[in-house]
Amino acid sequence: MLGTLGPLGFTLALLVVAALAGFLGSLTGLGGGVVITPALTLLFGIDLRYAIGASLVSAIATSSGAASAYVREGYSNVRIGMFLEVATVFGALAGAALASRVSTSVLGVILGLVLLQSAWLSGQHHEDKVEATSSDPLAVRLRMDGEYPTAQGMRPYPVQRVKAGFALMFGAGAISGLLGIGSGSLKVIAMDRAMRIPFKVSTTTSNFMIGVTAAASAGVYLNRGYIDPQLVMPVMLGVLAGSLGGARVLTGASTKVLRWVFAAVVGFMAVQMIVAGVRGKL
Amino acid sequence: MDRLIGGLLRGGVILSSAVTLAGGVWRFLQAGSVMPHDRVFLGEPAGLRSVGGVLRGVAEGHSESLIQLGLLILIATPIARVAFSVYAFAVAGDRTYVIITLIVLAALAASLAGWQL
Repeated sequence: MLGTLGPLGFTLALLVVAALAGFLGSLTGLGGGVVITPALTLLFGIDLRYAIGASLVSAIATSSGAASAYVREGYSNVRIGMFLEVATVFGALAGAALASRVSTSVLGVILGLVLLQSAWLSGQHHEDKVEATSSDPLAVRLRMDGEYPTAQGMRPYPVQRVKAGFALMFGAGAISGLLGIGSGSLKVIAMDRAMRIPFKVSTTTSNFMIGVTAAASAGVYLNRGYIDPQLVMPVMLGVLAGSLGGARVLTGASTKVLRWVFAAVVGFMAVQMIVAGVRGKL
Repeated sequence: MDRLIGGLLRGGVILSSAVTLAGGVWRFLQAGSVMPHDRVFLGEPAGLRSVGGVLRGVAEGHSESLIQLGLLILIATPIARVAFSVYAFAVAGDRTYVIITLIVLAALAASLAGWQL
């Protein structure tokens, strides 16, 4: 579609699209990375493997950029994050190893399904309700229980089903390595639903983990030659600038309508990816 | 401690963006008319695939290698954060988490060095 542009125009178009994705992604909390791969393949006709490499590097950029702000607020739980990173990092290495053995059509279909899940998650309403039950014995032994700031002061929370969370995290890591996304929405599911960690703690801890998970697969993708400097440069810089801009606007802006719009865009791209994958056009 | 980690992450991202941007501008001054070849997958040349190759390329003055160096700094940022956590847990005397964090760190280092499952 945009294939007729010259080299400078091509780079600038990538920059603009990536900035828009990063802006909307951070404004809606979905993360800009999820739409980078479909945008690059569907709009620019870039090979899926190069697009995955670019998306992966952007995920590291946005995660690190956002984490530097979150880390001081006291939401993220470093113990839980580090423990679960064992699962996501090895999952990512397994996923990245698998990526070279799976056809791009199959990758496209899986990406479409993950995008649909992200869009669905963003439409859900979340309430932080801490049921005052006791923790999983394993969580106690690993001293995972924490507390987080609320309007009523610091509030302690227990941690449930550590093993289930760990297994789900391996899956989230594998998806991340396979598709080059942060798979933040899957990580949030594992922590929020399985381990019953408060939503705000789940999202910030997930964000902290995305960069580390993506760095694990990025090494594999780099060695395999999937990371093209000319392509990644505008995409990474665009997503970073866009998401920093989005984070600045976030306070005060009504994001409800935007969330729906962006969820619809993600859902539409998901269907397009699945169709393109099924038709073998990736 | 948290402020240090925040600073480390921000510094890594800023440095990486600056190096990547410089490489990109240089690239266009050097070879503005070369069209990206991303529609067909060929894989990057060997010099852009490994840490050593990228460093050699930068020393030889290739603009693409400089962009890639910026990306390597970005990849290294979360790894540096994990390394820093090893230190933080060690200072706190938390042996279990020193081991957990070292496992993560080793896997990351192996991946960047080219080891694959």
